[in-house]
Amino acid sequence: MKAGSHLEKMFAAGHFAVTGELGPPRGADAGHIHEKAKYLKGIVESVNVTDNQTAVVRMASMAVCRLLLDMGIEPNLQMVCRDRNRLAIQADLLGASALGIKNVLCLSGDHQKFGDHPQAKNVFDIDSMQLIATCKKLRDEGKLINDHECEGVPQYFIGAAVNPFADPFDFRVTRLAKKIKAGVDFLQTQCIYNMEKFRTYIQQANDLGLTEKCYIMAGITPLKSVGMARYMQKFVPGLDVPEDYIERLKGVDKKKQGDEGIKIAIEQIQEVKEMKGIAGVHVMAIEWEERVEEIVSGAGLLPRPEVS
Amino acid sequence: MVVAESKPIEEILAMVADFDKILLTGCKGCVTVCNAGGQKEVGILASALKIARKKEGREIEIEEITLERQCDPEYIDQLEEPIAKNNYDAVLSMACSVGPQYIANRYEDTLVYPCLNTTFIGGALEHGVWAEFCQACGSCGIHNFGALCPIARCAKSLLNGPCGGSAGGKCEISPETDCVWHLIYERMSRLGQLDKMANVVMFKDWTTSRDGGPRKIVREDLKQ
Repeated sequence: MKAGSHLEKMFAAGHFAVTGELGPPRGADAGHIHEKAKYLKGIVESVNVTDNQTAVVRMASMAVCRLLLDMGIEPNLQMVCRDRNRLAIQADLLGASALGIKNVLCLSGDHQKFGDHPQAKNVFDIDSMQLIATCKKLRDEGKLINDHECEGVPQYFIGAAVNPFADPFDFRVTRLAKKIKAGVDFLQTQCIYNMEKFRTYIQQANDLGLTEKCYIMAGITPLKSVGMARYMQKFVPGLDVPEDYIERLKGVDKKKQGDEGIKIAIEQIQEVKEMKGIAGVHVMAIEWEERVEEIVSGAGLLPRPEVS
Repeated sequence: MVVAESKPIEEILAMVADFDKILLTGCKGCVTVCNAGGQKEVGILASALKIARKKEGREIEIEEITLERQCDPEYIDQLEEPIAKNNYDAVLSMACSVGPQYIANRYEDTLVYPCLNTTFIGGALEHGVWAEFCQACGSCGIHNFGALCPIARCAKSLLNGPCGGSAGGKCEISPETDCVWHLIYERMSRLGQLDKMANVVMFKDWTTSRDGGPRKIVREDLKQ
């Protein structure tokens, strides 16, 4: 065991793992967290808490992680390189460990141009690859980037994200391999819609033996409507939403499009579950936490197995 | 070269609103090459300011001079005589921001204003189009990236390949912006160096960049 988190234990026991996601509020209301998180408790192994996602200011990821721990939910602390330099990153990583946070997800971060403070100065002192290496060095060597020894060594299960649908496609598996080389333990993919392309990607990873070196979780985001599908297709860079899914949503009554989206998500989970090299799913139900149980249950993944 | 562009005329008019007599100084260096602050642009701006002020019913007297360079004390000295003789309300510089700072440093009692926004270190892509190529990090390593700079040209200064927002060779911030990592990938592929892209590039030392504080180069062999 590297950190002994619940998520790590699930993987170690050979279970197909499920993680969820929660976006903190744009305000100081802790009640909001309780309201959203209650739908995820017992349904997923652990919950990603986003870090100023899409470069919009929200309640600090680390604070929300602690609130989740108080609710008996295991958090995955997302951390981006956009908003903090190596001093702040390491300070936050040490603090997170002291608060009982065991899973960390290392990300570059969306450019602030998309967010609510486009006038901000960004940092990017280190990148997501180096953030992974930072976590590993802290954990395995007990040392900071500058080789200073820590008093009290933090333990993390180290995660990161990969996007199989960004370009250049042929480099994507190399980037996955680099993240493993940097020290990642588990990876969550960008939302998958183009299943054929995803199959090719995972096949490449299998061929290189990469799926044996870390746990890969397939990213699933249920489509709520034709509008959402179109938006993701047109405006989210590096996302690939095939026309088939949009046609399928169009084929049902507008009020039933959400149900159809859930159905698609369930089918996707069942499909990826059978793929060699996929160790779990990461369900990102954006502002739709109350439907996660239905998705996980529909995919035949409830009740979640017990591990000790 | 240093690439700069003119400030909006309204901003410059607001700067000189209280003045009746100014000296407008151009530079024959980089800003002449990028058509922002050479002799020609000095003439155009002077005319525009005079016309605008005439319309307001309060004419402004503008003298024009374009120096060889404004980033060299030797040429800044050439302003001594006109400044001493003419009692200007202010001196405006159409050089990159080094120019107005040199003038301010040399002429302590003179009000100095910049007419350009100094934008980046770059070059022309075609006539009338310039782009950024260097961020002056002070420790060039572009040979590791197919001789293309990810620090200046990647929106996130990433050192380990394109992020998840790279699509169709373009950066997530704008379809007008090339993803430099896509270009690096294609170039290293052509050069047979893709194996180099599989290495994890570790932490950059930013002490040679602006982060280490304002920078200075001292060449003992040239000092007098």
